[in-house]
Amino acid sequence: MMRVVLAEWRKLRRPTLLLGTLGAALFFTGLTTTFLYLMIDSEQGNSDRGRQVGREVLNLASGSVFGFASVGGLLGIIALCVFAAQTAQEYTYGTLRNLLVRQPGRIRILLGKLIAMKLFALIMVGIAALVSISLSYFLSDRAKVSTDLWFTSEGIHAIGQTILNVAISVIYFGIVGMVLGLLLRSPISAISFGVLWLLIIENLIGAVKPVTLDWMPGSQLSIIAQGGSPEVSYSHALTLGTLYVFAGAVVATVLFSRRDVAN
Amino acid sequence: MYSLAISVKDLSKKYDSTLAVSHANFEVPLGTICGFVGPNGAGKTTTIRMLLGLITPTGGTAEILGESINHPDRYLSKVGALIEGPAFYPALSGEENLKVLATLGGYPIERVSELIKTVGLDGRGGSKYKTYSLGMKQRLGIAAALLPRPQVLILDEPTNGLDPEGIQEVRDLLKKLASEGTTVFVSSHLLSELELISEYIVMLRKGEVVFAGSMQDLLMQQQPIILVKTESQTDLHKIVEIAEGDGHKATIRSEVAHIEGPAEWAGVLNKKAFEAGILLTQLSPQLPNLEETFFEMTGDRS
Repeated sequence: MMRVVLAEWRKLRRPTLLLGTLGAALFFTGLTTTFLYLMIDSEQGNSDRGRQVGREVLNLASGSVFGFASVGGLLGIIALCVFAAQTAQEYTYGTLRNLLVRQPGRIRILLGKLIAMKLFALIMVGIAALVSISLSYFLSDRAKVSTDLWFTSEGIHAIGQTILNVAISVIYFGIVGMVLGLLLRSPISAISFGVLWLLIIENLIGAVKPVTLDWMPGSQLSIIAQGGSPEVSYSHALTLGTLYVFAGAVVATVLFSRRDVAN
Repeated sequence: MYSLAISVKDLSKKYDSTLAVSHANFEVPLGTICGFVGPNGAGKTTTIRMLLGLITPTGGTAEILGESINHPDRYLSKVGALIEGPAFYPALSGEENLKVLATLGGYPIERVSELIKTVGLDGRGGSKYKTYSLGMKQRLGIAAALLPRPQVLILDEPTNGLDPEGIQEVRDLLKKLASEGTTVFVSSHLLSELELISEYIVMLRKGEVVFAGSMQDLLMQQQPIILVKTESQTDLHKIVEIAEGDGHKATIRSEVAHIEGPAEWAGVLNKKAFEAGILLTQLSPQLPNLEETFFEMTGDRS
């Protein structure tokens, strides 16, 4: 198993992929966090979907990671793209046959790839958290937000909890990407389907019938990152999200372990 | 202890209503070079994929180094393979691509630079795979197949895209590996090349094995051929008539008459042509070769 993880890591650590992914993650993290503080008095809102997040929220012990929690869904989309591309490219490049000749254990290949990609996602989450918290701290003065409670034991706990939630959410998004990659066997199809569904179709359905967002997979995974929402509890999102991811992973694993490798 | 590198028994693969491989039976002894030939779509790659555990057979079985293909984990560490052309990650260098496979298979990383030299890619190992020519890609594919110091080497069209020098290098490499005890199972469309190096041959046609055995046995089965060219097409048809009149099978291909018959009969033909007023511009008896035999047995002239 370790050999599969290390082999996959060789592919993931290439500068264009590693730096490109981190660049995208830091861009979204920086943008979301900066808007949160610089537009704190804007009537058009300073958070996702035009929500207004005031000083009373950012002054709380959890204030330091509010920006980071908000960007969790976008980090998830990035993870989905990376996991989907890394999985589906084995089919489009025809490299899966090489991997399976050198490591015939198909489940071992799948798990090794997943562990390496999780590690990749966790590095992205860790760096994004660091950047978001640092930016929040530096912008807090300008936005007249108090940081007195941010680094108390309660604040540190909130930081840890949020990083854990975002990590779970990002890894779940990644697994969805991996499942799509295995099912569709083409990076473009897997990424397009995933991103279209999560960013457009779910929101369109939700706009027509808002109650559906309590059940949609992408919505649950974003809510996990935020630690719950006014409409959907954290435990509901975590349970339902885990069920969706587990069901998808089981279907994809069964298909991968039985399907002929004919390309 | 096993004496066969590959043993295939009644192996079949059916896709919906198409029978890609039908009840194939053949054996490849240890330490030999075995050519695997057949027209496009004959089922060569499907058979190779089944031997490597990539495709599940719908019938029959096979063994590699005495292990059933149902348990590829038991023999693949001793098998090297290049299947249907090289396939690597374009954004990684050739060297890095091999390192991915070396890491996966648990082989020493130092072996990568050694193999890069063996296949003649030294100086280009650090370049990205996407910048490689077809021949360089093929060389990298061969290097990947050699990573495990294989006891059995399965190569699907290893000389595709190689220049004559590269083809000769591959031929020499395969001979060297076989002399060191490696069994080489190689499919190729370059039949003249296969004839030079293979002791055994497996011939497929429409998913069925039409011959499996030694190259010598195969060629012995075939009649020698006399190739005849004349000044005009009309005369060529007359030559065919003369040959058929004497009970020899004759066909015209690319303005050359191919007549089955022993070399001694060429003299008789020459005399009869002279008597009929036909001027021969070529009269060459030929021993049967793999290419002629292949066409004869597979009926493939593509």
